[in-house]
Amino acid sequence: MKASMTLSGLLVALIAVFVGTPALAMEGMPARFGQILVDQLEARDADDGTVAAWSANAWYGGDINKLYFATEGERLMDRGGETESLETRLAWSRAFAPYWDWQLGVRRDWQPDDPNRDWVSVGVMGVAPYFFETEANLFLGESGHSELRLEAEYELLFTQRLILTPEVEASLYGKEDRDLGIGQGLATVEAGLRLRYEIRREFAPYIGVHWEKKFGDTADFARDHGEDTSDTMLVAGIRVWY
Amino acid sequence: MTTSFSLPRRRFVQGLALGGTALGLGLTPTQLFARQGQTGAPELRGNQFQLNIGAADVNLTGRNRPATLVNGSLPAPTLRWREGETVTLRVTNHLPETTSIHWHGLLLPFQMDGVPGLSFDGIAPGETFTYQFPLRQSGTYWYHSHSGFQEQSGLYGGLIIDPAEADPHTVDRDYAVVLSDWSDQDPKRIYATLKKLSHYYNFSERTLFDTLRDFREKGVVRTLKDRHMWNRMRMSETDLADVTGYTYSFLVNGHTPAANWQARFEPGERIKLRFINASAMTIFDLRIPGLDMTVVAMDGQPVKPVRFHECRLGVAETLDVIVEPKDHRAYTLFAQTIDRSGYARGTLTPDPSLSAEVPELDPVPLLGHREMGMGAMDHGAMGHDSGAMKTMDHSRMNHGGMDHGDMNHGDMSGGMNHGSMNHQGMSHGTQDGMDHSAMGHTNHDTNAAVPFAVSADNPDLPARQSATEHADSEYGPGVDMRAMSPVPMLDDPGIGLRDRDWKVLTYADLEYAHGLPDSTQPEREIVLHLTGNMERYMWSFNGIPFADAEPLELYHNERVRLTLVNDTMMHHPIHLHGLWSDLELGDGRLLRKHTLLVKPGEKLSYLVRADALGRWAYHCHLLYHMEAGMFREVRVVPRHQHHTDEESRS
Ligand SMILES: [Cu+2]
Repeated sequence: MKASMTLSGLLVALIAVFVGTPALAMEGMPARFGQILVDQLEARDADDGTVAAWSANAWYGGDINKLYFATEGERLMDRGGETESLETRLAWSRAFAPYWDWQLGVRRDWQPDDPNRDWVSVGVMGVAPYFFETEANLFLGESGHSELRLEAEYELLFTQRLILTPEVEASLYGKEDRDLGIGQGLATVEAGLRLRYEIRREFAPYIGVHWEKKFGDTADFARDHGEDTSDTMLVAGIRVWY
Repeated sequence: MTTSFSLPRRRFVQGLALGGTALGLGLTPTQLFARQGQTGAPELRGNQFQLNIGAADVNLTGRNRPATLVNGSLPAPTLRWREGETVTLRVTNHLPETTSIHWHGLLLPFQMDGVPGLSFDGIAPGETFTYQFPLRQSGTYWYHSHSGFQEQSGLYGGLIIDPAEADPHTVDRDYAVVLSDWSDQDPKRIYATLKKLSHYYNFSERTLFDTLRDFREKGVVRTLKDRHMWNRMRMSETDLADVTGYTYSFLVNGHTPAANWQARFEPGERIKLRFINASAMTIFDLRIPGLDMTVVAMDGQPVKPVRFHECRLGVAETLDVIVEPKDHRAYTLFAQTIDRSGYARGTLTPDPSLSAEVPELDPVPLLGHREMGMGAMDHGAMGHDSGAMKTMDHSRMNHGGMDHGDMNHGDMSGGMNHGSMNHQGMSHGTQDGMDHSAMGHTNHDTNAAVPFAVSADNPDLPARQSATEHADSEYGPGVDMRAMSPVPMLDDPGIGLRDRDWKVLTYADLEYAHGLPDSTQPEREIVLHLTGNMERYMWSFNGIPFADAEPLELYHNERVRLTLVNDTMMHHPIHLHGLWSDLELGDGRLLRKHTLLVKPGEKLSYLVRADALGRWAYHCHLLYHMEAGMFREVRVVPRHQHHTDEESRS
């Protein structure tokens, strides 16, 4: 815990150095930009009620070095509305190839009942051939915990504004974490199919389906708790950015 | 003030009155300037001028939006000068930020060139800068701000210098036709948007239905093969313009197509039209349906007359044409954008009540192999440009996702280079699907080979064995592709204009009117690759953006060849300040220009006489490309100074 806080302090300092180094534009204007993207903000029609889910990221910086922030989570809307999971990640993102950035950062998972988890993250994100938006992150946590998360997304244009986005995400863990009901190996796979209409590029409502499945020991833990191991949900939401 | 104004007298008087109030009431510069701008450029003649730069609103789309104007008009007043005179321009800044005026295409002392940071410090808010320089040339030019994005928001105007001696082309009427692009969006916002989502303004992307139609028309296998290359490269076949008609209104002398700028004529008259592409980002294809044009000058410089029907005009280029309408009817001046997302339109008419049909926009052309720097490999254009085949390296082509199925190998085998691979570039070859580093072949230019400028002087000018070889700096996050075999394309009308049934003007058709403007023998050659990453919206020369680049040094009075290789999928209008760019047409002929539109996949060269000492700007004239880094300082230094530097270094 202590160690990771020190680490995040170091990281923030590192980011400040890299992002803050002024690149001299014509009139000494540092070229810095930023974006906030709420990729998914949606209601999911799950087995145990309506779930609000989000996935958002933001960046600030120049062409090569950026400060990157990401958050995702779920909140049960019925029965008083408790947050089921919340994850935040802060990283230094650096371009190393035309379509690829590597990222070095810290992540914190905020759990409602269980202890919070802190991680160090190393990852790459970018656009693979055939325009697959891909991201691979290795998270190293306390007490030897580790997670490998792989994500891919594709955009299929029906028209210039009507866009279908299939996406898939898989999580693998290096070590069992009983507190969180996670087993070793492949734990979860999520897939989604969302159809959005870009009223403006920055504003697009969507509908779709979201599917989740637990595997291996993780699935067993879920069964022990009387939970389902897979769920298919209808979703509706908006995608906005600025 | 001895300036003779042809604009309405009332506004002239108003200007003076405002100046008077300023002294008395101590108003801020912004308050001083008129709130509402006028559209349409008045003409100002003379040799002494007071120009007031300020912010005002203009209404081009039904909404009042802030603009940056000179004397309250959009475009800025057309200035009309006479060769041989000395002009004096007092430019007062009423903006809350620094401003400047650059006189595009003019030969003048570099301190008068108007580039903040190179020529001078810029004009601070509330200050007046006096430009004064003799006019050593005649022709059609223009002027614009070189500060921030002020050019996009209205600070541009036409510049006509009448020759000291009689003009060889006498005409009955003479019109400046200033083409431009206007957006209601703040230009800073446009730039930021491109950095966040570079295809934001492209609403011509290929859709699923286009693919299904291709399946039907071309077959599944052929379609997938064609798409494979684009998908591997993560590039769009319709990436012709970064900023489009989605946000732009295209203007003729400050008039939208609906406002329809009109020019009068009587049938049988000779009319000179001086087209000036004063856009920030828009390349226009212009024609006058029903009327042929005869070009008499380009970039202000006289050329041997050529009759044509359509011409692509790059940003910052100017074209003087003569038309002779015989009939009592209206004609449409039609300038559609290269990406077919909109058009600028005006009318040439004997009667203000008449107008002519406005043509349909052409379908969006798709970028092809030629634009990818794969030479003349288009399926349709095989053998058209056989010279290019010599530079093909067959062994490398296989890695690039090339479709060999439709090529006529018989036509090509003679010139194919199977052996001479460039091993230096090899290590990079697997980074992406399109890395076809240069082939180690010899220079095919008809011109005599001259030594390349090498890295000893400037680390940004890497040693290359050939112009097409890619330097190490051209591999990195800022460069998304490199042309495998860029070829000369001076006689190519360009994408979207190749299948016309009428004459499309190309650089190869043109030639300086008075023989050779200067020597055709350079002392050395400097190679620059035009590079960029569309997705990240980074642009540069040789993979090095301006922020990281050393100035390019030329020695006073030397004749130097600049060779450009376009490694990107976009057109770039490249402009060198203060010195002429004599485009090498290939057989000892030269075309004297100030801005050269370089096609994707093209290799061209031009000769420069470094006859003006000082610090000059050299850049892509697409405003947001320039801002993103496709910019260099060119320093013309005395030869002895250079040698001293070298000695002190060693
Ligand atoms: Cu450019």
